Amino acid sequence: MLEHYLSLFLKAVFVENLALAFFLGMCTFLAVSKKVKTSLGLGVAVIVVQSITIPVNNLLYNYLLKENALQWAGINGVDLSFLGLISYIGVIAAMVQILEMTLDKFFPPLYNALGIFLPLITVNCAILGGSLFMVERDYNFAESVVFGVGSGVGWALAIAALAGIREKMKYSDVPEGLRGLGITFITVGLMALGFLSFSGIQL
Amino acid sequence: MSLKKTLLDPLFENNPIALQILGICSALAVTTKLESVLVMCLAVVLVCAFSNLSVSLIRNHVPSSIRIIVMMTIIASLVILTDQLLKAFVYDIAKSMSVYIGLIITNCIVMGRAEAYAMKNGPLMSFVDGIGNGIGYSIVLIFVGVFRELFGSGKLLGYNILTPINEGGWYMPNGMALLSPSAFFLIGIFIWILRSFKKDQIESSN
Repeated sequence: MLEHYLSLFLKAVFVENLALAFFLGMCTFLAVSKKVKTSLGLGVAVIVVQSITIPVNNLLYNYLLKENALQWAGINGVDLSFLGLISYIGVIAAMVQILEMTLDKFFPPLYNALGIFLPLITVNCAILGGSLFMVERDYNFAESVVFGVGSGVGWALAIAALAGIREKMKYSDVPEGLRGLGITFITVGLMALGFLSFSGIQL
Repeated sequence: MSLKKTLLDPLFENNPIALQILGICSALAVTTKLESVLVMCLAVVLVCAFSNLSVSLIRNHVPSSIRIIVMMTIIASLVILTDQLLKAFVYDIAKSMSVYIGLIITNCIVMGRAEAYAMKNGPLMSFVDGIGNGIGYSIVLIFVGVFRELFGSGKLLGYNILTPINEGGWYMPNGMALLSPSAFFLIGIFIWILRSFKKDQIESSN
């Protein structure tokens, strides 16, 4: 049993890395990876939000939206799954807002460190993508918790690594047209190649 | 700005992917086949145009503190509509694109244009701006999609162009073109080509 969860976790972190295998959260991934420090802050924020929203969306899906999910309330034959997208994004926006207020009240240093990145997370595709994958793969509640934490960690790992490479890149002489965004794309491509080597691993 | 400029500017001068860094996530994942690229482009152009239109129509009635959630709701409704339409008419393609249709909601092009343009301009201009940005996005996607499908499987839209060896032809398909990293390289190269022509887009070296 424990093995199953461990392999799910490792798979979410390395093999099915949201950023490098599924291209999720790319906009912030490329825009906010100039410094290791800020990218670590963003990474932590993503881990936190991801590990809260995926399980919450899992409950929402299983007990409200799925076909015949309303049986516990005595209602049969109702399929609300077409409302999925709008509910997930609502949950994500609300969770980010609540998290922001909680951090502001109880952990001001962390709140200040995360700063602008916290509200930005609402429109990070990795978060919504995580919830959609959870639905598509039909995870149960415990699996969704593990998947949430794992995919968050994977994304944070990827952005921290990219920021490290970009900091070193300052010293290299890049062709004019490739400077900035262009070379970043190519770097991410090479990183994705590296992460591909995990893909043969059977857990 | 004139209508024509609003429509044509996002194509190369101010391309959403190559210059504004918006909407990259979905740009890469659906590009292994030209067919799904075209469906994706159509969906994004429509969602972007109509979300801009609706946001622009209500821009004077929405308090700025809740504008994000209002935009989110509009965009999410439009995407649900698109999703249902695709599932009804082109089910196989919709299935193969899995979660990426839903991810148009968080495609920053839609949100970014609504926030940066539609909140400040009239409905007609915003609508055209939405179409223009959708097309600018489509150009990059089609560029990447053509290369990936042609070199990855020797086909375009499912028709054999370079007949692969295992079907009796001469072309050895390059499997890497179908894997994720190639999309990054192709977009990097696209940016390089674009900026070789438009020198003012080159970033300073620090």
